[in-house]
Amino acid sequence: MVENDRFGSLLAHLILILGVAAVVFPVYVAVIASTHAPGTFLQGVMPLLPGSHAIENYRTVIFEGRAQAGAPPIGLMLWNSFVMAMMVAVGKIAISLLSAFAIVYFRFRFRIFFFWVIFLTLMLPVEVRIVPTYAVVANLGLLNSYAGLSIPLIASATATFLFRQFFMTVPEEMLEAARVDGAGPMKFFKDILLPLSITNIAAMFVIMFIYGWNQYLWPLLVTNDERYYTVVMGIQRMVTGADSEPLWHLVMATVVLAALPPILVILFMQRLFVKGLVETEK
Amino acid sequence: MARIVMDDLHKVYPGGVKAVTGISLDIADGEMIVLVGPSGCGKSTLLRMVAGLETITGGTLKIGDRVVNQLEPADRDIAMVFQNYALYPHMTVYNNLAYGLRNKGVPKAEIERRVQEAAGMLQIADYLDRKPRALSGGQRQRVAMGRALVREPAAFLFDEPLSNLDAKLRVQMRVEIRQLQKRLGTTSLYVTHDQLEALTLADRLVVLNAGQIEQVGTPMELYRRPATVFVAGFIGSPAMNMIDMAYLRDRGAAPSALPGGTDLVGIRPDDLSLTPPPGPAMVLQGRVALLEPAGAESHIYVTLDANAQPITVRVPGLPEVTEGAVVTLHAPLEALHPFNSASGKRTD
Repeated sequence: MVENDRFGSLLAHLILILGVAAVVFPVYVAVIASTHAPGTFLQGVMPLLPGSHAIENYRTVIFEGRAQAGAPPIGLMLWNSFVMAMMVAVGKIAISLLSAFAIVYFRFRFRIFFFWVIFLTLMLPVEVRIVPTYAVVANLGLLNSYAGLSIPLIASATATFLFRQFFMTVPEEMLEAARVDGAGPMKFFKDILLPLSITNIAAMFVIMFIYGWNQYLWPLLVTNDERYYTVVMGIQRMVTGADSEPLWHLVMATVVLAALPPILVILFMQRLFVKGLVETEK
Repeated sequence: MARIVMDDLHKVYPGGVKAVTGISLDIADGEMIVLVGPSGCGKSTLLRMVAGLETITGGTLKIGDRVVNQLEPADRDIAMVFQNYALYPHMTVYNNLAYGLRNKGVPKAEIERRVQEAAGMLQIADYLDRKPRALSGGQRQRVAMGRALVREPAAFLFDEPLSNLDAKLRVQMRVEIRQLQKRLGTTSLYVTHDQLEALTLADRLVVLNAGQIEQVGTPMELYRRPATVFVAGFIGSPAMNMIDMAYLRDRGAAPSALPGGTDLVGIRPDDLSLTPPPGPAMVLQGRVALLEPAGAESHIYVTLDANAQPITVRVPGLPEVTEGAVVTLHAPLEALHPFNSASGKRTD
């Protein structure tokens, strides 16, 4: 759109700026709130300029936690969240790559049936199957463990479907050339399909990592041991955990810290993502 | 280096579609065989059966001394050049060439030697570090050839390898493929739908139609003496003119010397002339519908009255005829191709 319509372009920018402001403002408030003294937040008037307690607040959150309110130091919770998100993202990608590979490249009985079964699970998010899933996990003795946190979330119809669509665009001749070159199915998968899928894998990783990181209800159910609390549920416990008023300055500091890893993942993966887009060609 | 023997090969797809029905062909060691035919005639299927990419549902296929019906492509000692090259986009040219050898467990030094040798032969030595996307169409074609070359196989299989190149490059690569094949002396099976490519490349030409062989022979044999109406129409450009005997008889132009059963007469556009030839000739009259100058030669399209299909005449240079004028055409009797339309076969 190369146009000399000044008004149109001005309007477009105005709408975009309003949109950005609506998204950024709450984040800004959170950052600001995390730099003020304990009482400031409760006075009814939110300051919009940074306060002077930033270092003190963050030090408290990171090293002490709210021991008196039953929340562990945030470091452990961040680590738990990271482990869970990594397991979910890597597991989802590995499983859906393999199942998409099976569905696209192998002719087995009930192939289409299995594809639709996988597809159907799209309609059953964790929340719908949460009671039976909890029962299964509890009976397997996986409560309060990383396995219990991540395995029930690890199958992904979305990723399977995405990889299936991608594999179907890989020319048939590529497989045939590999067969003539003496590559068996797994060798073809490893040497040809995986490198070609790298951009899709990066995109999926970003989405699935954030999905895993943002899980709230599931970790809340399967963990009651502090050592396995994730940061998102930790925030909730900080708000409601104590008898006293919520310590908003500390909550906000935790929120800011909890939002950092997903942002880093996006920044890091975006480079790889764009690089992949520029470099590969089917 | 190997002989390829096809004995009564059949291919029936699961849906019941018959792609190849009873093809027998004996390809000598070092021979270049071109399979040619219209789309859907089964030529690609046949090639892919030889490669092992399609299962063989009937008959036996031997490469060298082995029956290879059940072998995987990699175990058949063949190399294939694909229509779309099918280069691995994420690998450098060097790795594209080396991939098959590595899978076979060829020692590193040997891989290096073979890749360098093939790259030298194909003049792609300067591009070995590049990825396929950084190459032009012609260079990609060479890499695809190189991938076949390094395997040092018993046979090369080409599946319309030149159809993605522009006309000039196609001619150049055609010459190179032919020279390379002659130098290496490797048995080759080449599929194309381009009859010019077929005529120029083949030691022997196989014309396929509807899953069966119409005729096998050297290109000139097929050109001079097509065995069926189909081959007559397929080989040669512009295509051979076909005229009904009944039409000729009505006009008193029917040559008396043609064998019994002939009801269709074929004449190559080159054999028709505007001036009487020295020997006995068949004479036809018609009106010039279109004059098509094509540089060194011209094509004249002549409508014979009551004959729907205009006939084509090829003459050197630019003739002095005007569109709409009545012309007399002469065809030497020995240049006529007599056919029977019911059987589709030649009658002499």
